[in-house]
Amino acid sequence: MADVQKIEPDSVFAKAVKEGLLAGALAFGLFFLIVGFRTDQNIRNELVLNQRWGLLAIFVLVAAIGRFLLTAYITPWSEARSKNKRAAVEKEQSAFRKSFPKIGLGLLLIYPFLVILILWAYNGSIMGGLQGSLKYVDNFGIQILIYVMLAWGLNIVVGLAGLLDLGYVAFYAVGAYSYALLSTHFGLSFWLLLPMAGIFAALWGIMLGFPVLRLRGDYLAIVTLAFGEIIRLVLINWTVVTKGTFGISGIAKATLFGIPFTPGPTGFAALLGLPNSGVYYKIFLYYLILLLALLTAWVTIRLRRMPIGRAWEALREDEIACRSLGINTTTTKLTAFATGAMFGGFAGSFFAARQGFVSPESFVFLESAIILAIVVLGGMGSLVGIAIAAAVMIGGTELLRELEFLKRIFGPDFTPELYRMLLFGLAMIVVMVWKPRGFVGNREPSAFLHKRKMVSSEFTKEGHG
Amino acid sequence: MPEKQALLSVEGVETYYGNIRALSGVTVHADPGEIVALIGANGAGKSTLMMTIFGMPRARTGRVIFDGKDITQLPTHEIARLRIAQSPEGRRIFPRMTVQENLQMGASLDKLEFFDEDSRMVFDLFPRLKERINQRGGTLSGGEQQMLAIGRALMARPRLLLLDEPSLGLAPLIIKHIFEAIKELNKTTGLTVFLVEQNAFGALKLADRGYVMVNGIVTMSGSSAELLANPEVRAAYLEGGRH
Repeated sequence: MADVQKIEPDSVFAKAVKEGLLAGALAFGLFFLIVGFRTDQNIRNELVLNQRWGLLAIFVLVAAIGRFLLTAYITPWSEARSKNKRAAVEKEQSAFRKSFPKIGLGLLLIYPFLVILILWAYNGSIMGGLQGSLKYVDNFGIQILIYVMLAWGLNIVVGLAGLLDLGYVAFYAVGAYSYALLSTHFGLSFWLLLPMAGIFAALWGIMLGFPVLRLRGDYLAIVTLAFGEIIRLVLINWTVVTKGTFGISGIAKATLFGIPFTPGPTGFAALLGLPNSGVYYKIFLYYLILLLALLTAWVTIRLRRMPIGRAWEALREDEIACRSLGINTTTTKLTAFATGAMFGGFAGSFFAARQGFVSPESFVFLESAIILAIVVLGGMGSLVGIAIAAAVMIGGTELLRELEFLKRIFGPDFTPELYRMLLFGLAMIVVMVWKPRGFVGNREPSAFLHKRKMVSSEFTKEGHG
Repeated sequence: MPEKQALLSVEGVETYYGNIRALSGVTVHADPGEIVALIGANGAGKSTLMMTIFGMPRARTGRVIFDGKDITQLPTHEIARLRIAQSPEGRRIFPRMTVQENLQMGASLDKLEFFDEDSRMVFDLFPRLKERINQRGGTLSGGEQQMLAIGRALMARPRLLLLDEPSLGLAPLIIKHIFEAIKELNKTTGLTVFLVEQNAFGALKLADRGYVMVNGIVTMSGSSAELLANPEVRAAYLEGGRH
C-alpha cells in the first residue's frame, strides 16, 4: 500500500472515518433483514415479526468502528513494523553473508579440538574425549571435506567451464589407484605420490578431453559417463595389476614429515608423550584434507581472476563468441578438464591413504552423480554454496546412520541408512523448487570497478549457468 | 581487382550447410578505411557470409583473403588474432558476466595491456556502458547489449570490424546513435567496417559502397549513392520496406 504512506496523518484519519462509515452502511444493508427482523412463533403457532434494532445497531457499530480502527491505526502500525523487520533482516543477512566464509573457515580449523573438548567435558575423561571424537572427525569431518574437495574440483569443469562431466569419479579412481599401486609396489611415500596422482589424473583428464572437444551438453554428458564406466571396468577386469574386485589392501598410511602414526616407540603419540590413540591420525588426515580442499578453493579463486579463468567462464556462456574473440577453445577446454581432474586425483590419493584399501566398488557412477548433485545444489560456480551443499548432503546422510531411535518407531528391521538416497532425492527436489539455481545462485563478478555488487540471478535467463 | 590492395577480399566463396548451398560464388571486397554494406532480405545469406569469413562454417570453394593472407582454412581463433573483430548476429554477449568482464574478454588478445585506454574509448563512444559497468550483460537492454557487442569487438583493436545487423530489434533513436558511433570511429581511426544489414536505407546512408545479396548470390554492387538511386533496389528494399 504505497499510496497510504504518502498521505498525511490527518488524511489517514479522514480516510478511516470514510471507510468506517462505508463499513457501517454495508453492515446495515447486509444485516438489516437478517439481524433486524426475526420471525418467531407465538403461543398460537402464528408467525410474528420481531424487530431487533438494538442488536442491529451493535452489528453496524462494531463493523464501522472496527473498520475505522483498522484503517486508522492497525494497518499503518503493522506495515511500519513489517518494513522495519524486513530492513533489519536484509541488513543482518548481508553482514552474515559477508563474514560467513571466515566464520566457516574458523570453525573448520578448530573443529577436531572442539569435538574433543566437548566430548571430554561430556565423558569426564580425556580418553573418552579422544576415542569419542573419532567418529565425528572421521565420519563427518573427513568424509564431508573429501566431497567438498571433489565438488570444488568438479566445479571447475562444470561450474566454471560449463562442461557437463558425469564421469568425474574416474579421476578420483585414477588418483586412488595411482597411490595404491605405486605405494604398494615401489614403497614411495604419500607426499611424493600426492602430486604424482594429481598429474596422472590431469593426464587422464586431457585424454578424456581430446575426443569430446566437439561435444557439448547432453552429448558430452553421455561420453563422460561412458568414460567413467570404462575406467571402472578396466579396474575390475585388469586383474593382473588391480586385483579386480578384491581391491588393493594394505596401502601405506601418510606420515607427518616422516613420523608415522603407529603405536610403536617411534610413533607420533610416543614422540610427543601423548596417550596412545588412533585419533591423532584422523586429526592429521582431517587437516590434510582441509588443506587440500582449501588449495582447491584458492586455485579456483585465483584462476577466476586470470585470463584462463575468464576464458572458462566465457566458454560456458558462449563458445562461438569465445572463438571469434580469439580464444582457443581447444586449449581452454583441455585445461579445464585437466585442472578439474588434477584435484580429483589429489582427493583420490588422499582417499587411498585414509582407507588403506581401494576397490572398484568405491568408484561407481553414483559417486559421480552425488558430486555433481552437490555442485548443482550449491549453485554452480559458488564455492561457499557448494561447501554448504556438501555439508548438508554428506553430513545429512551420515546423520541418518545415527538415528537409532527410528528403530523403536518402525520396528527393529528398519535401517534408516537405506533410506538415505530417498532423502537425498527429496532434498534435491525441495532445493530445486525453492532455489532453482542452488543455495548460492549469484555469480560474483571477478572484476570490479567501484564496489562489489551482486546481481540477482532473477535477472538472468534460466539455463545460463 | 581494385588497384590498391583490398584489406578483405572474398573470392568466389561457396558455403554449404550440409547439402544446402547457402552462398554461391560470392565475391566482395573491402578496401582499407572503407565502410561497406551488404544488404539483402531474410535468409539471403548475409550472416552466413559473415561467419564464413570467420571460418564457421568453412567455405567449401573459393578463398577469403585478409591483408594479402589466405585465411580460408585458418581456425576461427587465429582469424580473430589477425585483428578481425565481429559483433555477431544475436550479439552473443556473455550474459552472466558483467559489462567490465565482457570488455575484458574482448581485450584478451593483448592480455588486457591496453584495457584502460581502449575501454575509455569505448565509454566515450557509448557512455551508457560506463553507467552499467558492474551490471551483468544479460540484464542490459537490447540496445545496450548491441553497444556492448560492438564495444567488445572494438576492445580487440581490430583492423577490420564485421557488424552483423547492428540495428536489429532496436529503437530508431538507438540505431541512429549506433550508426553515428560507427561513422565517427571510421572517420577518426580509419577503421574498416563491413556491415551486414536488413535496414537497407540506414546501412547505405552510412556506407561508402554496398552489395545486394539475394539467395546467396551478390546481384548488385556499387557506391551507396548509386544503389540508393537504383530503381530495383528502391523497389525491393527501400520503398515500403523501410524500417
